[in-house]
Amino acid sequence: MPEAPLLQAVDLVKHFPQGGGILAKPTAWVKAVSGVSFAVHRGESFGLVGESGCGKTTIGRMLLRLTEPTSGRIEFDGQDILGLNRKEFGRLRRRMQIIFQDPYSSLDPRMTVEQIITEPLLAGRRPPRAELRRTAETLLDKVGLRGTDLDKYPHEFSGGQRQRIGIARALCVRPEMIVADEPVSALDVSIQAQVINLLQDLQQEFGLSYIFISHDLSVVKHICHRVAVMYLGSIVELAPTEVFSRSPRHPYTKGLIAAVPLPDPHRKAAPFAMEGDVPSPIDPPPGCPFHPRCRYAFDRCRMEKPSLATATEGHRVACWLNEGRGLS
Amino acid sequence: MSDRLLGIQDLSVSFATPEGPARAVDRVSFALNRGETLGVVGESGCGKSVTSLSILGLIPSPPGMIDSGRILFEDRNLLELSPEDLRRIRGRDISMIFQEPMTSLNPVLPIGRQVAEPLRVHRGLSNAQAMAQAVEWLKRVKIPAAHRRIDDYPHQLSGGMRQRVMIAMAMVCRPKLLIADEPTTALDVTIQAQILSLMVGLKEEMGMSLLLITHNLGVVAQMASRVAVMYAGQVVEEASVADLFDRPFHPYTQGLLRSMPRLEERSAGRARRLTEIPGIVPAITETLIGCKFTARCPHAFDRCREKAPALFGIRQGQQARCWLKEFPERRRADA
Repeated sequence: MPEAPLLQAVDLVKHFPQGGGILAKPTAWVKAVSGVSFAVHRGESFGLVGESGCGKTTIGRMLLRLTEPTSGRIEFDGQDILGLNRKEFGRLRRRMQIIFQDPYSSLDPRMTVEQIITEPLLAGRRPPRAELRRTAETLLDKVGLRGTDLDKYPHEFSGGQRQRIGIARALCVRPEMIVADEPVSALDVSIQAQVINLLQDLQQEFGLSYIFISHDLSVVKHICHRVAVMYLGSIVELAPTEVFSRSPRHPYTKGLIAAVPLPDPHRKAAPFAMEGDVPSPIDPPPGCPFHPRCRYAFDRCRMEKPSLATATEGHRVACWLNEGRGLS
Repeated sequence: MSDRLLGIQDLSVSFATPEGPARAVDRVSFALNRGETLGVVGESGCGKSVTSLSILGLIPSPPGMIDSGRILFEDRNLLELSPEDLRRIRGRDISMIFQEPMTSLNPVLPIGRQVAEPLRVHRGLSNAQAMAQAVEWLKRVKIPAAHRRIDDYPHQLSGGMRQRVMIAMAMVCRPKLLIADEPTTALDVTIQAQILSLMVGLKEEMGMSLLLITHNLGVVAQMASRVAVMYAGQVVEEASVADLFDRPFHPYTQGLLRSMPRLEERSAGRARRLTEIPGIVPAITETLIGCKFTARCPHAFDRCREKAPALFGIRQGQQARCWLKEFPERRRADA
């Protein structure tokens, strides 16, 4: 029997109110996430990819209850986390951490590196100061910084080094799962490689699960075991990474992959560029969310939303073309 | 008429900082022919944007200062032109588009008027004539229902649409040179593909030259015919796009290409560990005697620390600022 997943998200929905005021009702709802389900296993890197506004960041935040879902269920290690009270969730929360995109705004500029890294340990029983310092030293060493950096402030570090500090802080409570929201997007390519390697080394060493949120398909392909492609609040395709990059089936996934400019001057991009813009999540199109931009759309796509159905083992696609019609 | 449109020669630019003058661009030279696309690549702070801003005289001074060099555009040194003469060239013969269209468009003017403005200023068209051409241009850059959008303000458009408006504005006077500084960096990948293909189409149609500044090696590979790689204020390698990707000479160029995760690779990506370039870029306030890449270079030897290398010819059309050209035996096979 396969091992139970570490994390399971079932039918997650998030609608943000828009307009309105203290007494007035909201004038509209932003449908950021509309019914997303997936599972993440221990030691696995699970990628959530998609363009701005597809809902990937909102999902990451909901998993840690930084944003409360409108509806749906989240299970972590078999426990329904949305049913837990503040105190119960606080204990569980240590097992899941988050790393943010912008290493410049996610660290408190008035705290020293030691204070930043050990802050998560101060909740509950406060360990003795010497122990905190030792822990911080060990963590800095793990992420490739020096013990002498402990008393410095964030502004004394470069972007890549700050991201290392953020990673050390996330590791401090020995989590089992880390949500990494665009952790390398703000970094230059040579520094990006350093941080990606670090994340992979740490995964090996601690058996971490990653929920890796990114718009960069190359990075996701490099890091993740499985990838979910999102469009306008829904997962349109979910597959093992090799399948995702070699034989994608959803027209959006194909368009997304084709749009990446390859760093190879001998392989010029296909002249076809996906047309149009992503529709507004306030008023998403009926039926398949992708149909207004899809070359293959037919009547059914405009009326009925396809569910995520199994194409082959472990590969699921939300597309009517997948149902008997075959893909061209 | 000569083939050469733009020649930058020995350009140095400094900025005054509390720690003393910092040299952001250090004796940079490159040339651009008519109809050609030159990609300038490099990471944050390498001086690529400062170089492009100096072409149009857009370096704020103070704190910026052009220390030396010449910028020849059709054989006229732009650095010696009066502000009025430079203004006549800017927007007419040379135009520029930036990364973030929201900061370069005027938020309180409708987009139609903004696109029409260069035509009134440089071509002396009447308001009505200029507006008619503006609508044509908005159609050409594929703004849907352009005639109804001319009264829209920039905030009413998506990021991709704003970048299209910027391009229309840059193109209305049919410039000979378009400088594009990270034109697609703020855009999603499918929108980036649309904008790049739009730029390729317009460039071919108008026969203009394109100076494309970017950190994205994929964009360079797809768009440029020649590439200059910048590091810490200097051009460290220049080559045709094919040579640069197939036979990079400079250890920094090699490191950049190897550190990239790749989408197209056949092997399962996870198996391979990315090759890192260790360390970080030196601060521009640091004074370094030898090669600026020494501290991060796997091949570095005594000479690199003692004396700055010149740009050596590697093969026809390829140059690299690296002592390994003179001392090939120093290249380590294991790095």
